[in-house]
Amino acid sequence: MAHSNWAEWIYVAVVVALLVYVGAEAWNIERIIDHAPEDAEIIKVTAQQWFWSFEHEDGTKEVGELHLKKDHAYKFELESKDVIHNFNIPEYVVLLDAVPGRINTVWFSPTEAGEFDIQCREYCGLIHYNMRAKLFVEGA
Amino acid sequence: MVLELARARPVWQIMFSTHHTDVGLLYLIFSLLAMFVGGAMAIALRLELFAPGAQVIGDAMDFNRLFTAHGTTMIFLFLLPSASAVGNYLVPIMVRYKDMAYPKLNAIAFWLIPPGAALVWLGMADFGWYANPPYSVISAPAPAAEMWIFGLKLLGVSSILGSINFIVTILKCKHPDMSIGKVPLLAWSFLSSSIIVLAAMPTFAAALLMLLTDRLGASGFFNPAVGGDPIAYSHLFWFTFHPEVYVLVIPAIGMMYEIIPRFSRRPIFSHSSGVAAFVILSIVAFASWAHHMFATGMSFTEKTVFMVGTLAAVPASAMHVFNFLATMWNGRIKFATPMMWAVGGIALFFAAGAGGVVNTAMPLDFITHDSYWVVGHFHLFVFGTIAFGTIGFVYYLFPYVTGRMYNEKLGVVHFILAFVGACITFFTQHILGLFGMPRRIYDYPDIPEWVAMNALISIGAMIILVGMVIFLGNLIYSTAKGKPANMEDPFGLGGKYYYPYEQRNPHH
Repeated sequence: MAHSNWAEWIYVAVVVALLVYVGAEAWNIERIIDHAPEDAEIIKVTAQQWFWSFEHEDGTKEVGELHLKKDHAYKFELESKDVIHNFNIPEYVVLLDAVPGRINTVWFSPTEAGEFDIQCREYCGLIHYNMRAKLFVEGA
Repeated sequence: MVLELARARPVWQIMFSTHHTDVGLLYLIFSLLAMFVGGAMAIALRLELFAPGAQVIGDAMDFNRLFTAHGTTMIFLFLLPSASAVGNYLVPIMVRYKDMAYPKLNAIAFWLIPPGAALVWLGMADFGWYANPPYSVISAPAPAAEMWIFGLKLLGVSSILGSINFIVTILKCKHPDMSIGKVPLLAWSFLSSSIIVLAAMPTFAAALLMLLTDRLGASGFFNPAVGGDPIAYSHLFWFTFHPEVYVLVIPAIGMMYEIIPRFSRRPIFSHSSGVAAFVILSIVAFASWAHHMFATGMSFTEKTVFMVGTLAAVPASAMHVFNFLATMWNGRIKFATPMMWAVGGIALFFAAGAGGVVNTAMPLDFITHDSYWVVGHFHLFVFGTIAFGTIGFVYYLFPYVTGRMYNEKLGVVHFILAFVGACITFFTQHILGLFGMPRRIYDYPDIPEWVAMNALISIGAMIILVGMVIFLGNLIYSTAKGKPANMEDPFGLGGKYYYPYEQRNPHH
């Protein structure tokens, strides 16, 4: 192979530069969103085959639906009673596994009022496809 | 019963043979059969998902069993055996040796596969091919789960035995005049993927055993009710199966290294760059497994480490793409069927890799995880890259195996339908994932965007189906009645068809 390889080296350098950029940007954003704010209101989320139930800080319980307030920070403490489920509010990019035997936490602060879908994002058996709930964000 | 290939031979002779061409033929026939079976399962899934509500599958559990069987079949019964088929035919010739290092072991490795397949297909487990606990331990019905576990044990052993054979053949049986650096890239691809299998597969073998003992109640590795941790399984599983996806793709890239230089009528741009890329990829493959686990509740530091490990594998793959394009540049390209599949495969490989970079950027994974984006992404790899490379190579090997030519026009039509179908199906799945549709769901609500995209995806799948039916017809008809090929140069490229070291099957 008596030909010069400079083009390949430049190409690899460009690819590596792009990846470093993506990695750095992702690292930075994840670093910021990884910690819930101190004043976030805690919502206990219980996943089980095949429905969601919620408990607010003041003891109010809800099944299959969740009522929250706009522009308030909420921290979800996820637990599961049986198998792994995944708590997902797609329109707010809330997504984390509910793993039996541990408590995972994920937080958000809804910026828009309205009605949003909650779904399960980890296969959990027969009714996984319909393990859905409704999020109501009350505005003002 | 007689199987007419280059010369008519009784089937039992091929079945009991240990010669590498016969074992290669067994792997080839089995893997193509499995491809059509897995494809039929996919068509059933896509017919069901065409619209909300039940279509052709009445029960959610049947759907769950079908997607589990589809994934298991395609990976373990189609892709891995088809790579072994190609390797068996060509690795001994490429290193100028008379057979594989251990011919009897070779036959045993193949014959473990049909019983493994029988266990998987008769069991029809429902937990997806990941078999995540606690569901697979406490909730998945018996005996399906146990049959899947035993089936995969057999298939894993088959893979390990095959890998031992490739490594010893290439490193120890190669011709004394051939230095390791001169070994062709297709053989290098089998060396790399076999080393990965030896390092990665035992972990899953352990995990399978642990799943079984957990199910029997004899242990509590993954069951939190008895003190276990389900996430431990995920680590064991992905420690094997992230490298395993490289085991799947590396031989297909090796096959493209055979097709592209020949059909461009130019030598490969840089053999040493190809070798370096395979070696780097084999090592870095082990650094990224937990990118599949970003949503399990890992710490920020853990996620960062695996994001970096994932990104580190991209330049090695990019080197292969550069090598292919630089080889084709200024070439006198003949766009016969095998070349179309190889080039189409490179294009979809690039798209698949680009989508992967999105997934590994940590915060973005929370948009894509366990959604149809992931389904589209990995299908661009397994179908768009690996199946494309494999199918193209099957066309390329066809004269070698049968002594006849397939119908070229039908081969082109097959490619066009597969490429167009793949783009419609798998790119739309990416967008559907961004709209939030989870994977592994039997039915979905009447969200207009979901309904429209699912219909489009199902149409794309039907387009692929038409191409595959044409392929099946072409394979069968041409094997029986195709025009005898010019064995010196069946594709009219101006070079010798295959390595000048003639194969001597003792039965011919």
